[in-house]
Amino acid sequence: MPKFYSGAEIVFKCLEDQNVSHIFGYPGGAVLPIYDELKNFNSIKHILVRHEQGAGHAAEGYARSTGKPGVLLVTSGPGATNAVTALTDAYMDSVPLVCITGQVPTHLIGTDAFQECDTTGITRPCTKHNWLVKDVNDLAEIMHKAFEVATTGRPGPVLVDIPKDIQFQKSKYKNFKNNKKLNGKSHNNYSQKNIDELINLISKAKKPIFYTGGGVINSGTKASELLRELVYTTGFPITSTLQGLGCFPADDNQFLGMLGMHGTYEANNAMYSCDLMINVGARFDDRITGKIDEFSPKSKKVHIDIDPSSINKNVKVDLAIVGDIKSVLTTTLKTFKKSKKNFSKSNKSQISNWWEQIQKWRSKRSLDYIGSEETIKPQYAIERLYELTKDKDTYITTEVGQHQMWAAQHYKFNKPNRWMTSGGLGTMGYGLPAAVGVQIAHPKKLVIDIAGEASVLMTMQEMSTAVQYNLPIKIFILNNEYMGMVRQWQELLHDKNYSESYTAALPDFVKMAEAYGCVGIRAKTPEELDDKIIEMLNTDRPVIFDCLVDKQENCFPMIPSGKPHNQMLLGPKDQKEKKITGKGRTLV
Amino acid sequence: MANSKSAYSFAGKKQKPDTHIIVVWVDNEAGVLARVVGLFSGRGYNIESLAVAEVDQKQNISRITIVTTGTPQVVNQIKLQLKKLVPVHKVADFKREDKNVIFKEMALFKFVANNGKLNKAFEACKNFNPVILDKTNKSNVIQITALRREIDSMSKNLKKFGLVSVSRTGAVAMTRGSEIFK
Repeated sequence: MPKFYSGAEIVFKCLEDQNVSHIFGYPGGAVLPIYDELKNFNSIKHILVRHEQGAGHAAEGYARSTGKPGVLLVTSGPGATNAVTALTDAYMDSVPLVCITGQVPTHLIGTDAFQECDTTGITRPCTKHNWLVKDVNDLAEIMHKAFEVATTGRPGPVLVDIPKDIQFQKSKYKNFKNNKKLNGKSHNNYSQKNIDELINLISKAKKPIFYTGGGVINSGTKASELLRELVYTTGFPITSTLQGLGCFPADDNQFLGMLGMHGTYEANNAMYSCDLMINVGARFDDRITGKIDEFSPKSKKVHIDIDPSSINKNVKVDLAIVGDIKSVLTTTLKTFKKSKKNFSKSNKSQISNWWEQIQKWRSKRSLDYIGSEETIKPQYAIERLYELTKDKDTYITTEVGQHQMWAAQHYKFNKPNRWMTSGGLGTMGYGLPAAVGVQIAHPKKLVIDIAGEASVLMTMQEMSTAVQYNLPIKIFILNNEYMGMVRQWQELLHDKNYSESYTAALPDFVKMAEAYGCVGIRAKTPEELDDKIIEMLNTDRPVIFDCLVDKQENCFPMIPSGKPHNQMLLGPKDQKEKKITGKGRTLV
Repeated sequence: MANSKSAYSFAGKKQKPDTHIIVVWVDNEAGVLARVVGLFSGRGYNIESLAVAEVDQKQNISRITIVTTGTPQVVNQIKLQLKKLVPVHKVADFKREDKNVIFKEMALFKFVANNGKLNKAFEACKNFNPVILDKTNKSNVIQITALRREIDSMSKNLKKFGLVSVSRTGAVAMTRGSEIFK
């Protein structure tokens, strides 16, 4: 006779079969049967967070640092609605998440029962797909389908809503075979002809550039290796989006730095002036393109992406290659080696003028800032943090704002999956719980959340989680007492009317650290900064590092809104030389 | 708007919008219409009319016909976004001017008038396959099938014959000839 399992047991059997080792969650009335089963499944460890949003971001950090899907388990009603921010964040940044929510019993659905909400209705626009399980016999199939949808194609979050009575009801469970069949939505949809065309464009280009994004990282570490090979074979310059950082070594000479609103002068000018743009797994986001009508006006554009709907969404391209980056790059390299054996030699002179031009842009040193001996410049703090941690295999998460851009500009990433930041949704409060998730996945590695004091207060309660599980995450706060990016926009665009962007009653972060049972460290001067950072690195416990930085510093370079890439606003050093007056700046 | 104080860029050049008929084959499951319609409202696309019903009872396939207007870029996005939805099987797209496609809407007209006017009303409908579905000595209900703009003008012109109520469907579409859309 076949064995019957309760819905709650089936949930865990599915998680086991999907090789899930950690779930992030918070119990509540409608998921209690599932929590009751937890004790019977030793291979799955539950991480108790302090807020469901934290569970979501922790699962995101886990997913982005491992390439595996993150799993969260929350209750109905407020549990589900609290997870919505994290689901939307994962949807925007293509992070595979499986969210399991409890729901009120089937017979109470639609009656405004206690802790009832229309979870599938609320999360429909912020998940790839969601399911309300109405029959326990469908549960296993739905669970496995959920993992498949989350991880195939362009990854993203999915949600399975399980009413409480379904969790109690019994059904058979067929063992799951992990067949790699796709969900009927084809992903590789390109032909050899496309690749030949790409190679033809590459061999003709005089001013080429690679523009790479998070798609490379989502395609797996192999994709990053292939990208490196292709970039080295061609000798072309490469720039990366915020999400793509790490897929190409940042200290390599061919890397022009990040592009976009706060990208480097050389990357943005190269994007504007190029004659061939090869977009690999990026999506022409508005923070990248600036003014669409004047975006890279003279270039042929190639777009390699797994998501057909990303092609021609914002920018019209000349050649679209729909497919998984890994597969496209493999074919490209194979064809390349066959047809253009001596390419790198013949190509050098063809693009030498282009490299000369790029060196001229580079000599602007657009990331430079004016140093100080009295106050810690935020850029200096990141630079020192990088220098003191670069020999370790460090994982960096961030919150959202100026500190995030400074981290992207000044911390150099050499490996994929080491950089976790909320790019698409721009969720303040992302970094701390994400660091929790990263540390769970990599218990022996150094995990640092580069934070702003305003962002970090949004999810500060997760410090308690870090302490509970002995996660030695480092919260490196660049504390300028302002919502820095808001203040910067107000300075540049709203006549320095700093409306509500100053936080007047900040907590004492050192005392707060002690209250949570972790370690607090404060750095006030550039002189003591190194010692304090080393102290932080030597502490094998969670640390809140309160780095008091210059309150007025702005994040440059910057493309003001509605401007094309070749009209960048450079830092104060350059502005002095060019004598851009305060009035000119407020007009942009 | 060039000097607008915005953290976002400004709208670029706009292309000319066209009317398209989008046909979507979907699994007939709970919430599927909400997914399709939510995609339209969430991304700011138009729906001029909508017709939906199950067409394959065995495999539970519903056919949704949506009339929408948009620039070529928007229509292309609509198709590609629809194809990404898990319960969507295939998506077809026809321009309204397409001669190879039949578009039809159905309308029910209720007239309340004397016999003379009722007869005239029926006469006026005669180009649109009129069928009298109900008749009393002072009213009738006429069903017609026609194009959207024809029904638009009919419902305006028939007022004088005692038209008191109009009920109409969204457009449904099918290709001419022996071919079917795969």
